[in-house]
Amino acid sequence: MVDWERVRLHIVTGKGGTGKTTVSAALALALAAGGRRVLLVEVEGRQGFASLFDSPPLPYEERKVAVAADGGDVFALAIDAQDAVLEYLQMYYRLGRAGKALDRMGALEFATTIAPGLRDVLMTGKTYEAARRRGTGGGFAYDAIVMDAPPTGRVTRFLNVNEEVTELTRVGPINRQADSIMSLFRSPATAVHVVTVLEEMPVQETADGIAELTAARLPVGAIVVNQVRPSPLPEPALVAAQSGSVDTEALRAGLVAGDLADLPHMTDDLVDAWAAGLRAEVIDHAHRVTLEQEQAERLAAIGPPLITLPKLAEGIDLGSLYTLAQMMRDRGVRGWDGRAGR
Amino acid sequence: MTPLSTQPRQRRFDVDTLLDDPATRIVVCCGSGGVGKTTTAAALALRAAERGRRTVVLTIDPARRLAQSMGLDELDNSPRTVVGVDETGGGSLDAMMLDMKRTFDEVVLAHAPPDKAAAVLDNPFYQALSTSFTGTQEYMAMEKLGQLRAQDSWDLIVVDTPPSRSALDFLDAPARLGSFLDGRLIRVLTAPARAGGRAGFRLVSAGFGVFTGALTKVLGGDLLSDVQTFVGALDSMFGGFRERAEQTYALLQNPETTFVVVAAPEPDALREAAYFVERLAGDGMPLGGLVLNRVHTSEVPALTAAQSVSAADHLAESPEHSLAAASLLLHAERMRVIDREQRLARRFSTAHPSVPVVEVPAFATDVHDLDGLRDVGESLAKEG
Repeated sequence: MVDWERVRLHIVTGKGGTGKTTVSAALALALAAGGRRVLLVEVEGRQGFASLFDSPPLPYEERKVAVAADGGDVFALAIDAQDAVLEYLQMYYRLGRAGKALDRMGALEFATTIAPGLRDVLMTGKTYEAARRRGTGGGFAYDAIVMDAPPTGRVTRFLNVNEEVTELTRVGPINRQADSIMSLFRSPATAVHVVTVLEEMPVQETADGIAELTAARLPVGAIVVNQVRPSPLPEPALVAAQSGSVDTEALRAGLVAGDLADLPHMTDDLVDAWAAGLRAEVIDHAHRVTLEQEQAERLAAIGPPLITLPKLAEGIDLGSLYTLAQMMRDRGVRGWDGRAGR
Repeated sequence: MTPLSTQPRQRRFDVDTLLDDPATRIVVCCGSGGVGKTTTAAALALRAAERGRRTVVLTIDPARRLAQSMGLDELDNSPRTVVGVDETGGGSLDAMMLDMKRTFDEVVLAHAPPDKAAAVLDNPFYQALSTSFTGTQEYMAMEKLGQLRAQDSWDLIVVDTPPSRSALDFLDAPARLGSFLDGRLIRVLTAPARAGGRAGFRLVSAGFGVFTGALTKVLGGDLLSDVQTFVGALDSMFGGFRERAEQTYALLQNPETTFVVVAAPEPDALREAAYFVERLAGDGMPLGGLVLNRVHTSEVPALTAAQSVSAADHLAESPEHSLAAASLLLHAERMRVIDREQRLARRFSTAHPSVPVVEVPAFATDVHDLDGLRDVGESLAKEG
């Protein structure tokens, strides 16, 4: 079970292809359940949330995309780097026509497409602003923020960019801003969750990523073990197959009892060949389960709590997000009331 | 020479013919991240070496155990001989892992006078740029490729490309860096540094004061002067940078180069592969073929998913058939995966009928030694 009572900023990372966007969306639904307001933030310009929530591409604006179980709202924001830089400059410096001059000079393009460090400053800055924003009641505008962050290999650098900024700028408003952002990211109000699947490379990246996050003093939340497929084999048969033993006669008998031996063009030899083929596939599967068990043990040894989510047979659609959200709630994921004012 | 790409009827990507052809001097492995590009590059290089060619492989970001198996534990930015390669055919294999920062430093040292080079290398802005500039990795991979080719110590250079979401980044990043270095922003920043600033003032008269004022306000004066110093020093090296980027790009259009596009049978990866194939055709760059990694296969292909599920349902009530029922469900799942993958592969081939394809089966474990690479090489070359 996880305890995230004090966490308001959830940062979700993971190796590409492990499902971090899906996990982010499901986490937002889980946190919003029971009447909370949660903001999903997308920083990589893929419009992944729009397609998950069956919504048209998101503009640079906070839009309500879903209603959670028992009432509760999920908003989503796809941060556009160029719009963000202008907004950021206006907000902190009231630049007026200087902002336009920057645009004309190609500085915005430079900032947002060429120099990723500056892009990261904007993305983290906007997320920080949303996390700190006050609502009408004096409390926070959102109970929680969930960020679909860059992949594990880049996330520490991404979150730490403001540390570099403080070193580069030394003084001035940007320096102070960067300092505040780092304080939030390193506080108990933040948790970085790492999504993985039970394969060697993603698990290795998870271990490496958590070591990097820890070294950078960024608080790690949970490891989300995604797309786990329980074996359909009965436990004793699985254990036997893992050591290479499969009852081929039982497979053959099953093919006969399942009427497959009666298919057109079947011969006794072909039934034998199918039984042998199924046996090979069972062995292959058992081998994969063994490897997955090894990876699961490695993950458990890393330290942070594990949240296991299944691979859903129907694929990922809006309905399955609610299924995953409910599973997260069953594993103790709860939202925090940040709007009551403090 | 890329005879295959000019024969529309040839569908099977004949890897050995490509690797054995003495006219093939460079093989570039491209594709989106996470499709097994590094492994494919290493397997192709090992195969070429063991078939008698003196080969070097440039990898970008290999998995740790694979790197160790090739003797790449240390980053030293120059090729080392791989131990354990069968050299009886007269070939050999060297391998190196790209050190982005060191390669960038080398470029600076090669193009600037010593005093200026030292100023650039010490500049904090350069230090940030040389490790994190978008496209630095791509640009430096190309730079290194150019260096290896110029050294002319190998029959064949196999290049892995940086992990990025889009395979096109490899081709576009150097141009982007070039256009940045030539861009208006740079000219504005360097204006005060140029003699008297006369040309600069004409260029920017409208907004320059406001502009530098804003930058100073936002970035702090130190950073702005760091940037200006850096850009001023860089200015003198512009010619060298651009020329090299253009030369390396031209190398990629040379018939001695062949691109191998790597994908996995997934929609995103194949979409990226399709973009890349179209781009290569558009830029007149020679394409060898598509390597489709991690393709699932079945021992019982004639038994369909529907038949398996229906038989498993039939057996569900009989405990003595629990193993058979579960095996049939496993088989059904496997067949559904195969159907989906084959549908995706057919869709690609229909849209790109002239691109030869080779499929590599999904291996149970990741490849992390030379034997594993040999197995991948065997599958790449096997007659389909």
